[in-house]
Amino acid sequence: MQIYLPIAEVSVNAFLLLGLGGIVGILSGMFGVGGGFLMTPLLFFIGIPPAVAVATEANQIVASSFSGVLAHFKRKTVDLRMGLVLLIGGLVGAALGVQLFNTLKAIGQVDLLVKLSYVVFLGIIGALMFVESLRAIMKTRGGAVPTRRKHTWLHNLPFKMKFRTSGLYISVIPPLIVGVLVGILAAIMGVGGGFIMVPAMIYLLGMPTKVVVGTSLFQIIFVTAFTTLLHATTNFTVDMGLAVLLLVGGVVGAQIGARIGVKLKAEQLRILLAIMVLVVCGKLAFDLLLMPSELYELGAGGGH
Amino acid sequence: MAQAGGTEMIRIALAFLMLMILPARAEEIVAGLSQNRVSITATFVGSEILIFGAVKRDEPMPDADPLQVVVVVEGPSGPVTVRRKAKRYGIWVNVDAVKVDAAPSFYAVATSASLADSISQLDDLRHNVTIPQSIRMVGEAEEGLNPRDFAEAVVRIRTAAGLYKLEENAVNLTQDTLFDTRILLPANLTEGEYRTRIYLTRGGYVASQYETVINVQKVGLERWVFNLAHEQPLIYGLLSLVIAIAAGWGASAIFRLILRT
Repeated sequence: MQIYLPIAEVSVNAFLLLGLGGIVGILSGMFGVGGGFLMTPLLFFIGIPPAVAVATEANQIVASSFSGVLAHFKRKTVDLRMGLVLLIGGLVGAALGVQLFNTLKAIGQVDLLVKLSYVVFLGIIGALMFVESLRAIMKTRGGAVPTRRKHTWLHNLPFKMKFRTSGLYISVIPPLIVGVLVGILAAIMGVGGGFIMVPAMIYLLGMPTKVVVGTSLFQIIFVTAFTTLLHATTNFTVDMGLAVLLLVGGVVGAQIGARIGVKLKAEQLRILLAIMVLVVCGKLAFDLLLMPSELYELGAGGGH
Repeated sequence: MAQAGGTEMIRIALAFLMLMILPARAEEIVAGLSQNRVSITATFVGSEILIFGAVKRDEPMPDADPLQVVVVVEGPSGPVTVRRKAKRYGIWVNVDAVKVDAAPSFYAVATSASLADSISQLDDLRHNVTIPQSIRMVGEAEEGLNPRDFAEAVVRIRTAAGLYKLEENAVNLTQDTLFDTRILLPANLTEGEYRTRIYLTRGGYVASQYETVINVQKVGLERWVFNLAHEQPLIYGLLSLVIAIAAGWGASAIFRLILRT
């Protein structure tokens, strides 16, 4: 069934969108990842303009993280104070990111920015995941716990603050910087940024693992909501219908994925996900390297 | 070329002569449309408009050149920024941009014979019939850029998207009196007034013309969503967040219910 998306101004098959949402949902349920970094490039491939894909994906992430945050609040696994510090950074980052996005949009380079960011990030993440899961498969046992450095230059920074839930007494500068970076990514790529924030919280800030996911979701939900509003008010690129269709597929997929994920071996699946990420990255890179069949492209000339 | 210009001159002279001999409006078009309103809804997949009519004559049919019919449907014009890609640092990026001042969002020409037989070059120019005539560029392009390349790109891309088309021999003409044709409007239409012109030509020269308008509008939910997004973006943004959260929650609740039973 073809439906017309009023904001993206394209006609697409509703079942294709539900299916895409479902598949990415299954993957995100299985691996516990947000899925934004897979969904946005897939939307490019089916012909949704990158600007619309990014803004709409931010909207979708808010909704798909919502129930997760509630669950973590119930279990008291959210470090609110750390979350707020990350959030302040995130809001600043999102504002910067949307500013950059709009500046480049005006000179016609926004598609390039979004696609290049994806090539770089998917390439890095895919490669890291691939190597890590290969290693995990090679030596199924004997996992060496990463030794945390007890005292680093991070502890000498000023503006220290107590984070009781995490049991930390550290400077607010590193979490602010992490927040800003994640906010920029959210605005430019339409991702939650959990894949950057979670490792940063564990290894850089030294937060206990049990509060990491809840706290990052808390930050993500507000930063992506803010990003959605910024894109909606400056670019008019949030497509409500597209977001709802992807979401319905995604939510159902995530439930199925979570059930599959429990039963299956993580390492083999992780390597599959890594390969998939690398394939998407490769396709995006290939499109940039290959001479396009049409060298010209039409953009809105201002005014509708 | 000089010779072509020469024959052109003779043709113009002939046309004037004919204008003087023939009483104005010896033949007149009476036409109709199957619909003069097109509504874009969520399930809009395009629309086919039947344009039909007849030639009204007050006197017997002139024994002149064969009669032809040209139908033109033109969507609202707007400025378009055309960007050209080139290879920089190994990847293809947009390098040049030229603003085309006005290009129609949709343009379809249907003729009853081949284009050349249906309308002369002169009347094509005079009445702005074919696609290139409808694209306007006033501003000068940057140094070293050929604006024609960019205007041609607009035509090429929109033709590939089914927005510009020239359909020769697509108008059925019966006994030099009745005519009909179908114009397919694709799904990705721009809202606005679609100017529809019908020309009756003899020997390539316009003998009579008729003009009407087709209204294309987004209706229902589509229109509401589109207007809200552009006029009240903050409310729209908040609403999309609320709706998305509700939809996500609802879908997971329903799914859990289904699994339980």
